[in-house]
Amino acid sequence: MSAAEDLGYREKPHELKWVGTNVARTDGVDKVTGRARFGADLIMPGMLFGAVLRSPHAHARINGIDTSKAEAVKGVKAVITRKDFEDQPSEMIQVGELTVNIRDVIRNVLAREKAMYDGHAVAAVAATSASIARKALKLIDVDYEVLPHVIDVVEAMKPDAPLLNEDQFTDGVDPKPDRPSNVAKRLEIKLGDVEKGFAEADVVIEREYKTRPVHQGYIEPHACVASYTEDGQGEVWCSTPGHFLVRAITSRLCGIEVSKLKVTASEIGGGFGGKNIVYLEPLALALSRKCGRPVKIAMHRNEVFRATGPTSGSHMKVKIGARHDGKITAGWAELMFQAGAFPGSPVFPAAMCAYACYDLENVLVIGYDVVANRPKTTAYRAPGAQISAFAVESAMDEMARELGIDPVDLRLMNAAKEGTKAAYGPTFGPVGQVETLQAIKNHPNYNVPLGPNQGRGVASGFWFNIGGETSVTMNVNDDGTIALTVGNPDLSGTRTSISVMAAEELGIEPERIRPAVGDTTSLGFNFISAGSRTTFAVGKATVEVARVVIDELRARAAATWNIPVEAVVWEDGHARPASSNAGDFEPLSLEDIARDAKKTGGPIAGHVETNVSGAGPSFATEAVDIEVDPETGHIKILSFTAAQDAGKAIQPNLVEGQYQGAAVQGIGWALNEEYIYDEQGRMENPGFLDYRMPVASDLPMIDAVIVEVPNPNHPYGVRGIGETSIVPVMAAVANALDDATGVRVQELPLSPPRVLKALNEKNGNRLG
Amino acid sequence: MARYHVSATVNGDEVDFLCEPEQTLLDVLRDELHLTGTKEGCASGDCGACSVMLDGRLVCSCLVMGAEAGDCSIETIEGMAEGERLHPLQQKFLDYAALQCGYCTPGLLVAAKALLERSPDPTEIETRYWLAGNLCRCTGYDKIIRAVLDTAAEMRGE
Ligand code: FES
Ligand code: FES
Repeated sequence: MSAAEDLGYREKPHELKWVGTNVARTDGVDKVTGRARFGADLIMPGMLFGAVLRSPHAHARINGIDTSKAEAVKGVKAVITRKDFEDQPSEMIQVGELTVNIRDVIRNVLAREKAMYDGHAVAAVAATSASIARKALKLIDVDYEVLPHVIDVVEAMKPDAPLLNEDQFTDGVDPKPDRPSNVAKRLEIKLGDVEKGFAEADVVIEREYKTRPVHQGYIEPHACVASYTEDGQGEVWCSTPGHFLVRAITSRLCGIEVSKLKVTASEIGGGFGGKNIVYLEPLALALSRKCGRPVKIAMHRNEVFRATGPTSGSHMKVKIGARHDGKITAGWAELMFQAGAFPGSPVFPAAMCAYACYDLENVLVIGYDVVANRPKTTAYRAPGAQISAFAVESAMDEMARELGIDPVDLRLMNAAKEGTKAAYGPTFGPVGQVETLQAIKNHPNYNVPLGPNQGRGVASGFWFNIGGETSVTMNVNDDGTIALTVGNPDLSGTRTSISVMAAEELGIEPERIRPAVGDTTSLGFNFISAGSRTTFAVGKATVEVARVVIDELRARAAATWNIPVEAVVWEDGHARPASSNAGDFEPLSLEDIARDAKKTGGPIAGHVETNVSGAGPSFATEAVDIEVDPETGHIKILSFTAAQDAGKAIQPNLVEGQYQGAAVQGIGWALNEEYIYDEQGRMENPGFLDYRMPVASDLPMIDAVIVEVPNPNHPYGVRGIGETSIVPVMAAVANALDDATGVRVQELPLSPPRVLKALNEKNGNRLG
Repeated sequence: MARYHVSATVNGDEVDFLCEPEQTLLDVLRDELHLTGTKEGCASGDCGACSVMLDGRLVCSCLVMGAEAGDCSIETIEGMAEGERLHPLQQKFLDYAALQCGYCTPGLLVAAKALLERSPDPTEIETRYWLAGNLCRCTGYDKIIRAVLDTAAEMRGE
């Protein structure tokens, strides 16, 4: 077996030099000096500005589109509508953790028969300036026939609800229904027998919960530049976590061969799942094809809110049974998730994760994927898991109160651990749930005395980690430095973490490795940066490629010394004879071997194309202290502690940053964020003023605790860590509210009016 | 559309540009002067990604019309480092990992520099309120606040 084949975790025989330390970000200086180029930062010669016309209606048949007046405007070079794209057949394709139907994708990119939500793209223009493009949009005449619409998930499920798609029959029910419905799918996650479990319970908690859609809220709006030339070649530059995915979808929708489209990923200004899908690129490419000039399209924030993201709103029912001694005997839930205008909400992962923190014998989770006249949902950091966790972890807290057991202890008594059979299928290997609970229990924040109107809440969360298709190339330069090319856009420093692992393997300083994100022509296919996969999966492939390169370096040394390759070892950046029996040779450094590569066989490089497996799931437990203002209902966060299992933190400061960022996104979701619609189904708050995300003055420092239970299937023990820390937050805050006030709020956000109303109701004053 | 001729100073250099009446200073910096370090997050004054200094005042460049910048002195992120030497804030942002995607970073650095110029010894609360106009969705602000406070200490010679 060659070294490259064994990619499991090993207790390191020597001290790790770089892994586990904070190394300078290779993209850092560019990002603090304004040099880093994001989606909208590319300027091409002759470039035009594109703009997109969007439906003002939540649901409307499009009887006709007249673009003649817009086309007549001086400076307008191209106008496109549905006529410029061929329709697509119904076919499921994989997008990040979710699958989507390409027939829906083309409809989402540009409306065909109907506009399905406020903000749905209907036409696009390219012109010599942004102002001309905007002016031309106003001159496009769309003949809309406004239809009844539905926004709320429970309303959408009713038999007499306005139908979004007359051809949609609920999947997953037997026999097939005879009437179309907005319920796209019914699914079940099942383990054991919940009825039996509830019969064994002494206490049963049964509750309903509601959440609203929230947006991923990345600060960089979607943007791209596309260029199409007379020989049928296309180029796209865009802000995306997955340029291979952009290539796949854009070439498909534009009807060109994959080889004729080159996609380059810009730096990406946040995504959190919200950029795991394509909106603008096919429009920009089609516009460029029509007029022969490069076209840039950048969304306005208003468009980002109305037409992209968000995650699902939901209605959930939860029932948990336990014995007096704290043993949970059954967990049941029914999850109704809005998918937006097309099927594909994250209800499936929500159902899988709902009880994954616990070692239970009896679980039943039923999920419904429901379309409604809202933007098509996209992934948002641990998609779905945060939503079902809000429900299950709120109910768990009530159970703890009912049983008179500390909420951490109740979770410890029932925690998932090695050998636990998860309701969604697998039996866990070594996992860190118990350790995250203990970390919280032992944290000073968990033991600070609370004052009046203050409360403490705790909750846990689970998220998977994925591997997926990965291609990595490593070139040894003639000065002994390394060019490392990966195919996964870097949202948070992953490039650097990956080169740290390469440095550790090669035994050289990380500064000598230059990582780059290659375009789609430079590597084999890469699955997108999603599912917390990048540091885990690309890192694992990079370790593999480093070992391939090391084998080659050993071979070159062996050839130089004229001894068998098996007699050469690689240590500390040098080839050495394995023992004195092998001969007495001065070690050869990486530089020495690289310098003489021409004489020993030519350039030295390695490449790996693989489908990475062995991802290790990550658990988190979090505690929050809050203070409630009884006059206003405002919740102030006093402290927040996030403990999550990283397996192994390659760069601790970047790992902490993930926990902190995820926690604060969750705090926004818990306290303020929501989509608000008017009676016509138009979004009322499509801007940062009214869609209130957390700002610095809302928050305390966020304490991140890195728990390390190594993933046995990664050479350094890495688990994907980008997502789990958002999962427990909303429930933790709701639990803290109960602790502080005795009021249980089962609907998000816990905004001042809602909290105040609940407080007033409790106090018997119904005026609030 | 009629365009105005505007002269201004950007990062110490004299510049001339033509701008449409509806173009903001942000549009001008990015689209006319090709200084793309200043970012657009909202174009409505709510995110701070477009922060620049205008005659010594911290502004959202998306709320200033390009034509208004005539004869003004503008400082952007591109002018923050001196030659090869990063500004202490830039260095601390790197040391503290105070950026993830880096999109909010130029605006935050410009705003933080303005804070330290008027308040060399800010408290944590003051720093949090001063930077409340700069949205960051990635970091949760923790490391940003630490980086700014530590830069202040370093610049005071502590
Ligand atoms: S772009 Fe100016 S404040 Fe957001
Ligand atoms: S680092 Fe991404 S928005 Fe601040």
